[in-house]
Amino acid sequence: MKIKSQRDFWSGLMFVIVGVVFALGSTNYSFGSSAQPGPAYFPFWLGVLLTVLGGMVLFKALSIESEGGDPIGAIAWKPLLILVVAIVFFGLALPRLGLALTLPILVTLSALAGKEFHWKDALLNSVVLTVGSWAIFVWGLKLVIPVWPVMFGG
Amino acid sequence: MELLNNLLLGFHVALTWQNLLYALGGAVLGTLIGVLPGLGPVATIAMLLPSIYSLDATPALIMLAGIYYGAQYGGSTTAILINVPGESSSVVTAIDGYQMARQGRAGAALAVAGLGSFFAGCVGTVIIAAFAQPLIVMAANFGPAEYFSLMVMGLVGAVVLASGSLIKAIAMIVLGLLLGQINTDVISGTPRFSFDIPELTDGIGFVVIAMGLFGFGEIIANLGQADDEREVFTHKVEGLWPSRQDFQEAWPSVVRGTALGSVLGVLPGGGALLASFASYTLEKKIVKNPRIPFGKGAIQGVAGPESANNAGAQTSFIPMLTLGIPPNAVMALMVGAMTIKGIQPGPQVMTSNPELFWGLIASMWVGNLMLIVLNLPLIGIWIKLLTVPYRFLFPAIVVFCCIGTYTLSNNSFDVYMTAAFALVGYVFYKLSCEPAPLLLGFILGPMMEENLRRALLLSRGDWGTFLARPLSAGLLIAALLMVVLVLLPTIKSKRDAAFQDD
Repeated sequence: MKIKSQRDFWSGLMFVIVGVVFALGSTNYSFGSSAQPGPAYFPFWLGVLLTVLGGMVLFKALSIESEGGDPIGAIAWKPLLILVVAIVFFGLALPRLGLALTLPILVTLSALAGKEFHWKDALLNSVVLTVGSWAIFVWGLKLVIPVWPVMFGG
Repeated sequence: MELLNNLLLGFHVALTWQNLLYALGGAVLGTLIGVLPGLGPVATIAMLLPSIYSLDATPALIMLAGIYYGAQYGGSTTAILINVPGESSSVVTAIDGYQMARQGRAGAALAVAGLGSFFAGCVGTVIIAAFAQPLIVMAANFGPAEYFSLMVMGLVGAVVLASGSLIKAIAMIVLGLLLGQINTDVISGTPRFSFDIPELTDGIGFVVIAMGLFGFGEIIANLGQADDEREVFTHKVEGLWPSRQDFQEAWPSVVRGTALGSVLGVLPGGGALLASFASYTLEKKIVKNPRIPFGKGAIQGVAGPESANNAGAQTSFIPMLTLGIPPNAVMALMVGAMTIKGIQPGPQVMTSNPELFWGLIASMWVGNLMLIVLNLPLIGIWIKLLTVPYRFLFPAIVVFCCIGTYTLSNNSFDVYMTAAFALVGYVFYKLSCEPAPLLLGFILGPMMEENLRRALLLSRGDWGTFLARPLSAGLLIAALLMVVLVLLPTIKSKRDAAFQDD
């Protein structure tokens, strides 16, 4: 068996797996009956439906010829990894280091994901965005965001 | 008469200083993100949702609405000047608009796009005002079965009219519905699919999903793409006013585009994007012998789609405002915004919050007026913005998205979830799975489940209730018909062709 469309094959597989996981997962809850549907009723049938739909996509991917095999293409690992790491870093750092330290690091880190990187641009961007965010969110909208690092583990 | 009174109330609300200011803010922001490629209204509205906690409901919704229709104006600017549609709904505008710019007629193209959009916006506002009431009266007879069927039709309609693979789009809806099941069951109080993580028992925030999929997912995809050559016609924008001949050729297209866009906007899955594609196809069919052929700079190819996308953007508010059913991803976010402000979207909004309802409608007209001022005389400022490189832009988006998710509940958990959805968003992008249907399914999931279960309770477990009630049956049959129609070979090929930019 040959995969005729890479994109469809993998998305079909994804749908089937997620569908099966939800359908199986819902068996932990009470199913009820159609006259008295329980918490598992709706997700179970949705899971089954998703599995069937995923199966159809898979079948199509294996049977119908597509242009050039519909390849997934190169994965942009650099921006993908850097940005995901940057977001997680923000979540970890903000409550501890505050806005004043977290944002410049976040901006510089995410700037590394771009095609061109210049220290001068990144620094300028960091200053503008940190001051701007403080002005908009903390000063303007009065949102509760830690601004300065928490000292002494407080 | 009642309509006039209602509109009067609306203008009374919309013309207060505070609301004018927020309408202007929305319009400016909308134009800005419309001009900047790589940042759409969905991501922007998602970013701004946390900040509306501190606003009243009416100014908040006025601003968010302004962003959506403002983006339609701004998107055409980039399409015409640099052949890069700032918004997906301006893709067809780029075909003829860019050619006009190359022939030194950028000013005329921009003016026709702006004036056409303004005309369409005015008509769209009147249509919302006129049609809202009868629809609400009809919705009063809706029971849980009708609501369930309506949502089925809405979701099916949202994908049959869109581009791309139909099965995959339906699967994305179901995936969205399933993600919406991660919550605490409303009827029995059982936490579901939460893996004993306390934050998950309240469900995943839809802002988290929207920002991960649309905000971060798009950044990663943009950064992964190769640079394309951009040629900006900034110095050639002179002679803004179109010639007499331009006017004569453009106005019938504007009227046709407005009519088509208004109809398509109301349909589930409709809105700005579909309207502009359909209008371009229609213009090519109707205008047999244009002075300048289509694709070479025909003014009809700019006037029609630009009017249509603005009309569609306006009328897509109708199902959201009257039935609480969002027809596209932007409206799904508007529903979320109303929920944040403690307003249950649905037919009761008009009676329970008349100032909000009519104020929002009136503000659209005011906003359109502001936009025409913002976009025509001030075009130079927006053109300057085009020269801002993406390497300055995307870290700003990252910062706003991060702060936005954190302030949702002052909790880092939402930030981590957003990181996960950024990853998922990139996977979807790579597998050509459209994320918009997923968001719609996610928003409607809990409502659908509740109505399904209530309908089954009422009918004592008889699934036949969905077909026995005429309105519900009609809606389900309509949904089925749409799927069958799209799968018919002749229509299928036409549908594929309509989404090709030739």
